[in-house]
Amino acid sequence: MKENLYNYILGIADNCLILGQRLGELCGHGPSLETDIGCTNIALDLLGQVRSYYQYAAQVEGAGKTEDDIAMLRPERGYFNTLLVEQPNTDFAYIMARQFLFDAYHYMFLQELKNSKDETLAAIANKSIKEVSYHLRFSTDWIIRLGDGTEESHERMQAAVNSLWTYTDELFHQTEADKVMISQGVGVETANLKEAYYGKVSEVLEKATLSVPESKYFQKGGKQGIHTEHMGYLLADMQYMQRAYPNMEW
Amino acid sequence: MRNKFKDIPYSSKSPSPLGKIDGALIPILAQVSDPEIPVLSILDMGVVRSAKIVNGEVLIKITPTYSGCPAMDVIADDIKLALKQAGFESKITLVLSPAWTTDWITEKGKQALENYGIAAPLEANADKEALLEGEKLVKCTNCGSKNTTLVSQFGSTACKALFKCEDCQEPFDYFKCLK
Ligand SMILES: [Zn+2]
Repeated sequence: MKENLYNYILGIADNCLILGQRLGELCGHGPSLETDIGCTNIALDLLGQVRSYYQYAAQVEGAGKTEDDIAMLRPERGYFNTLLVEQPNTDFAYIMARQFLFDAYHYMFLQELKNSKDETLAAIANKSIKEVSYHLRFSTDWIIRLGDGTEESHERMQAAVNSLWTYTDELFHQTEADKVMISQGVGVETANLKEAYYGKVSEVLEKATLSVPESKYFQKGGKQGIHTEHMGYLLADMQYMQRAYPNMEW
Repeated sequence: MRNKFKDIPYSSKSPSPLGKIDGALIPILAQVSDPEIPVLSILDMGVVRSAKIVNGEVLIKITPTYSGCPAMDVIADDIKLALKQAGFESKITLVLSPAWTTDWITEKGKQALENYGIAAPLEANADKEALLEGEKLVKCTNCGSKNTTLVSQFGSTACKALFKCEDCQEPFDYFKCLK
């Protein structure tokens, strides 16, 4: 029971951590000052949310670990984030497409998590959703601006959406821990969100004059700890300091 | 969420509309402000949910404005320091629920923000309207004109958006509405 709850919390939190890390890579490297600040602010929100989740996970596990141990000291197979959020910052179209495809899900997910029977998860969801509504607004705006922009921006945004589409189905995939938590009224029944998600996403893509990919071939694995080749590099970067200088603080 | 809170009695002396704060602590806590918005005391910001003296020790609950707000750690340290200087040991707990909302910023706090050059939060849609070129609602803190445009949803900190005045050309921060 406790192990399922622990794994369930990690499944939610790891998406925030890994996407936060990806966005953090843009700090000082964004394409413009406003987008740089926007992306790093979103990263900060996500990392703030992650702290609440990991503090709770540490408490549930009861093994005396801290939020930092959970964030920094797991091997690749121990992270349960979806493949979507670990995809690299190929260009700004990819960054915004990844963000939008995740935000649309994240918002709907938190909307339901607010009703969780687990009070701590419900409280974190209540707090986070206010922030995520801003993330979704930001990424939606960029999908539309770039999709319905110049020929070049349209083409590149379409390419990004096409390429990342294959990772969207995994957002709704349920692990064993997910199923147990759903049956107890703690977890979110993601199957009920799927239709609304693709509806919302299609609506925005159409508004952006982009076509909705028709591919039915989807990748999954992240939620079981089986990641794409990008994950190892991300972790090497993220964990470097804690691995090189264990327990360091600043 | 907020309905639940209405049932909890709070000190009428409390400047924070929803907080429950021991009167003796108000002058001490009023000295502590957000390091990024020094004109706004934590009481006017509404982050202190409760503060009471129990056996000579102050038990205090604060709620973060944004999950990742780096100012929260500094605020917690500053509270400890202010209380220590007033002769109190203290224990600070961070509470997430009910989640902070810009509604908890007092009128005095909103005025302080405006005077400082940060447009105070309006209703939830003020910046969305600006984005979609709907009705212009956010007033320039420099000249008072409502002829303003949103430059960026995210400004110098997570809690602020960046606006520009089309009349006097000044850029300014808008404290985003969080509900
Ligand atoms: Zn002006």
